[in-house]
Amino acid sequence: MIKIQNLVKTFGAKRAVDDVSFSVERGEVLGFLGPNGAGKSTTMRMVTGFMPPTGGKVSIGGHDIIDSPLEAKRLIGYLPENAAAYPDMTVRGFLSFIAELRGLRGDARKKAIHRVVELCFLESVLGQSIDTLSKGYRHRTCLAQALIHDPQVLIMDEPTDGLDPNQKHEVRNLIRELGKTKAIVFSTHILEEVDAACSRAIIIDRGRIVANGTPEELRGMSQLAGAVTLSAHGASAEKLAVLGRVEDLDGAFRVYPRDKSQIKLLAREVVELVNREGWKVEGMYSEAGQLDEVFRRITLPDTVKR
Amino acid sequence: MRAVWIIGKRELGSYFSSPVAYVFLVIFLLLTGFFTFTAGNFFERGEASLAAFFGWHPWLYLVLVPAVGMRLWAEERRAGTLELLLTMPITPWQAILAKFLASWVFLAVALALTFPAVITVNILGEPDNGVIFAGYLGSFFLAGAYLAISCMTSAMTRNQVVAFILSVVICLFLILAGFNPVTDLMVRWASPAVVDTVAAFSVVTHYDGFQRGVIDTRDLFFFLSVIGFALFATGVIIRGHRAG
Repeated sequence: MIKIQNLVKTFGAKRAVDDVSFSVERGEVLGFLGPNGAGKSTTMRMVTGFMPPTGGKVSIGGHDIIDSPLEAKRLIGYLPENAAAYPDMTVRGFLSFIAELRGLRGDARKKAIHRVVELCFLESVLGQSIDTLSKGYRHRTCLAQALIHDPQVLIMDEPTDGLDPNQKHEVRNLIRELGKTKAIVFSTHILEEVDAACSRAIIIDRGRIVANGTPEELRGMSQLAGAVTLSAHGASAEKLAVLGRVEDLDGAFRVYPRDKSQIKLLAREVVELVNREGWKVEGMYSEAGQLDEVFRRITLPDTVKR
Repeated sequence: MRAVWIIGKRELGSYFSSPVAYVFLVIFLLLTGFFTFTAGNFFERGEASLAAFFGWHPWLYLVLVPAVGMRLWAEERRAGTLELLLTMPITPWQAILAKFLASWVFLAVALALTFPAVITVNILGEPDNGVIFAGYLGSFFLAGAYLAISCMTSAMTRNQVVAFILSVVICLFLILAGFNPVTDLMVRWASPAVVDTVAAFSVVTHYDGFQRGVIDTRDLFFFLSVIGFALFATGVIIRGHRAG
């Protein structure tokens, strides 16, 4: 549905987006990760046709965003950064306005509004003007706007920004639910969201894609992946060192796998060693790898250098 | 055309859902009343015409029209709704035209509410209502030209105050280029051809014809081309922002 090839955007001498390519099919939820200023919003603005790219191609459902913008835009629902909405309008008026612009009339419009109001829990604020809404409601109003024409492609710029934990949870569930039938791209810098909602994630840093894969694959890039943490009475670092590099964690030991092939075997090897030595195990667990560690390792060195 | 209608309707509605519209209408009507009857010596003139009424419009609009137009794009950019609007399946031109037309309709409503002046002059004497109609038409196009310029300056900045001031300055220039005290001053050092050329750019030169009851296609063309140019410039400026 979404196909992006060699997308480039320069602002003066700065390359905000540098040769970004990816594609998203229906049924996929792509998480777009990166530190602030990495080029996430700029990429989304180009995908939705708000900004023309300096170079490269964006195609939505086969329609080029530059050559046939209206056809492409019809397929997209877009939640811009900070959930922009007309503050002087009521929620009902705003949704009705957007529905009309999306070409919905009469009964279809009423049904569409009813559907998104239910989906986003807006019933209680329908008659309220948008500038009196709390941030959570304003956000959901803007999300409702993006969903009103039941788009095949959904682009969301930080959909959970500024929401409380319950609302975040709701929005993530909604994204996952919608992702079954739509192609979704959403940006975030909250890593737990990748696990909660994405089928695939891209990490972008200073305009470039630095990692691309399923959440499991990304986690596998962590140095921690497959490491076994053991706290046992009688255990010693020297004996554990046979299995791999050992880190002393104040009463517990963490054993890192020597290489990728050992990841799955390490836990069993540790158990065998424990049995052989007769240590009394108090706790033991295997690390799946942490996304934030991967994220930091990939994006941090450059940020620090700069 | 449908998109223009939808956006225009919203825009017009947003005037009336805030105090802006009512404050503007009251001030506009109070000032036109004051300028016509007090400053314009309506009664002392002893003639059945609205010359005293229309004569002040270029100056009145100078302040009031930019006040109506300044928010059109500046507010849209400040609130971030520009991004929302321009990612809808519409062309930027539809949005520009819609916003302009909605504000122009609003100004037309304000102008129409001055109808008591027409009634007054018809009761007191026997004016040439054709001249009055031409006067209204001229005033309407004058407002449109100022408004298009305000549209353009509004697109330049996200700060409404800056948009307002820029617009007033440009409109002031368009008045002064053909304002008699200024042209008299210019005649001293410039050749008549130059003075005429500069004056031809002035709204006053083209507005005066309407006040005499003459609807000249050249004057109409002038106002329409000012509007067309300013709206085109608005489109270029907005495209420029998006291109970054």
